Amino acid sequence: MNRLAYIGFFIVAILIIVAVFAPFVATHDPTVQNLAMRFAAPSAEHWFGTDALGRDIFSRIVYGARISLQVGVTVTFISAFLGVVIGAIAGYYGGVIDKILSGYVFNVFLAFPGLLLAIALVAFLGAGIWKVIFALCVIGWVGYARVMRGQVLKVREMDFVQAARALGANDLRILFVHILPNSIQPIIVQASLGMAGAVLSEASLSFLGLGVPPPAPSWGTMIEEARGLDTLYNAPHVLFFPGIAIALTVLAFNFIGDGIREYLDPKQRRR
Amino acid sequence: MKFCKTINVRLKKFIGRIGLILLVVWTVVSLVTFLIEIIPGKPSTAILGENATPEQIEQFERKHGLDKPAFFISFSFSDGLVWNGLDNRYAYYFLGILKGDLGRSFRTDRPVSEMILERYPNTIKLAFAAMLVAVAIAIPLGVLAGTHKGSLIDNFASIFALIGISLPSFVTGPFLVYVFAVKLNWFAPTGSTNPEDIVLPAVTLGAALSAILTRMVRSSVIEELGEDYVRTARAKGLSERVVIYKHVLKNGLIPVVTILGLQLGVLLAGAIITEKIFSWPGLGTLLLDEGIAKRDYRLVQGCVLVISLTYILANMLTDLIYSWLDPRIRLS
Repeated sequence: MNRLAYIGFFIVAILIIVAVFAPFVATHDPTVQNLAMRFAAPSAEHWFGTDALGRDIFSRIVYGARISLQVGVTVTFISAFLGVVIGAIAGYYGGVIDKILSGYVFNVFLAFPGLLLAIALVAFLGAGIWKVIFALCVIGWVGYARVMRGQVLKVREMDFVQAARALGANDLRILFVHILPNSIQPIIVQASLGMAGAVLSEASLSFLGLGVPPPAPSWGTMIEEARGLDTLYNAPHVLFFPGIAIALTVLAFNFIGDGIREYLDPKQRRR
Repeated sequence: MKFCKTINVRLKKFIGRIGLILLVVWTVVSLVTFLIEIIPGKPSTAILGENATPEQIEQFERKHGLDKPAFFISFSFSDGLVWNGLDNRYAYYFLGILKGDLGRSFRTDRPVSEMILERYPNTIKLAFAAMLVAVAIAIPLGVLAGTHKGSLIDNFASIFALIGISLPSFVTGPFLVYVFAVKLNWFAPTGSTNPEDIVLPAVTLGAALSAILTRMVRSSVIEELGEDYVRTARAKGLSERVVIYKHVLKNGLIPVVTILGLQLGVLLAGAIITEKIFSWPGLGTLLLDEGIAKRDYRLVQGCVLVISLTYILANMLTDLIYSWLDPRIRLS
């Protein structure tokens, strides 16, 4: 695997440790306000400074990692699971099921700008972490389903599948024991890139005020709170640190996705 | 015979596209109508407030057709399934679309189509300005990186592309405001009063696209430089500049145009966030500030429909341009 992928894994490992051990890593309570300390510059007491309400930015970023990872992991798992099952059914059975799924459902979902659909869903359902996860899963599964369908179409014609059928294996066994393990590689690549997408989408929705509601320290909400002119004039660090956190996280997952793709595709692998 | 076959294939493709557009319209209208039904509380209470009298609520619901059932069939535990016939909101909305009528805003009582048309040109203007910024950065940088593979400038272009792809617009935008509006005082932080006010939003929206395009132009140039016609052009004694800009770039730009077209749709959707950052008076701020924030669901429905349609039409147009540029695709 290439060097950038290892950097990606390293950043994600730190992120996971920080998210899991947030109560031990954070130096302050992320929601406690201290107006006497508003807009404090980075110091030994507040490593990343404080925001407009005097809350510790480092601690908020640490707890924000939990939200980002929780949304990223949940959305990726649910979307990938739904996509794999639906894509496998469409590809394996073909016929009317495939025509409805790949001819209509996939195309219509892919014809929408994903973020717009998520915005519309959350706008009606209301803000909240599980509603965001639901909205992102609604837009997320189609990509996996399309890739899975293509893989199953290819694999189902292979000799070992015909052999399993000749031996009397039923559809479920053929699909989940023989076809699925041989079709899963592109899904792994898609999932690692999908993590970046889910983290970004959650931050985008929170930035628009439609994601995780305050005072929960979502990175998107932190940027939204920091972009006021008053904050930009007085304390640009309030914007700087959550911005870096989002960029690094997205970059890390993209590195991992690219790295795995390169590793799994011998044509792209460096010799 | 072959000509007839080509026409037939094109006609089928065209009908398929129109079919997809109709399906998307149907899905958007159905989805939003369904969501309005399932949200807790009535739109009339959300708009008129808790203290509205029953008469005011009745008048409001009659005016906006909310007194009619939502779909052809409705269900209640007391009556079970009830067939409503054509007298339902869903059918009326479709009939309205045929006449270009997207209903009236719950808040302002103005026609939604009129409100959208007022803002639409601003969003299109922003998307094209972003595209212009992206192309202006990506083509020279991509060509330089491709023709100087492995050099310092190539590494710089790669880093630029990586950062550009990883930084979302809601991070880039406020950073640009901080540097160019707060620190340097070159531009206004928000608004669209002066012509130069479009610069920061366009750079914000175009940054990620410029990163993607730089990568594409670079790899296209590297691929084309290995072709026979480049050797022929050089052997003819043409200058390197002519070889690159007249021959290599012309062929290398075909995949770039596709990406550019597909990204137009992404830009239109991404404009929602950029417009919010810079208070740009486009469809995005109309959807967020007037529609969602004020619970004007009719306006939300109209905005979602128009943005989705523009997105599909942009993708359709890209396909057409692509097949026009590359005859191999047209013939296949």
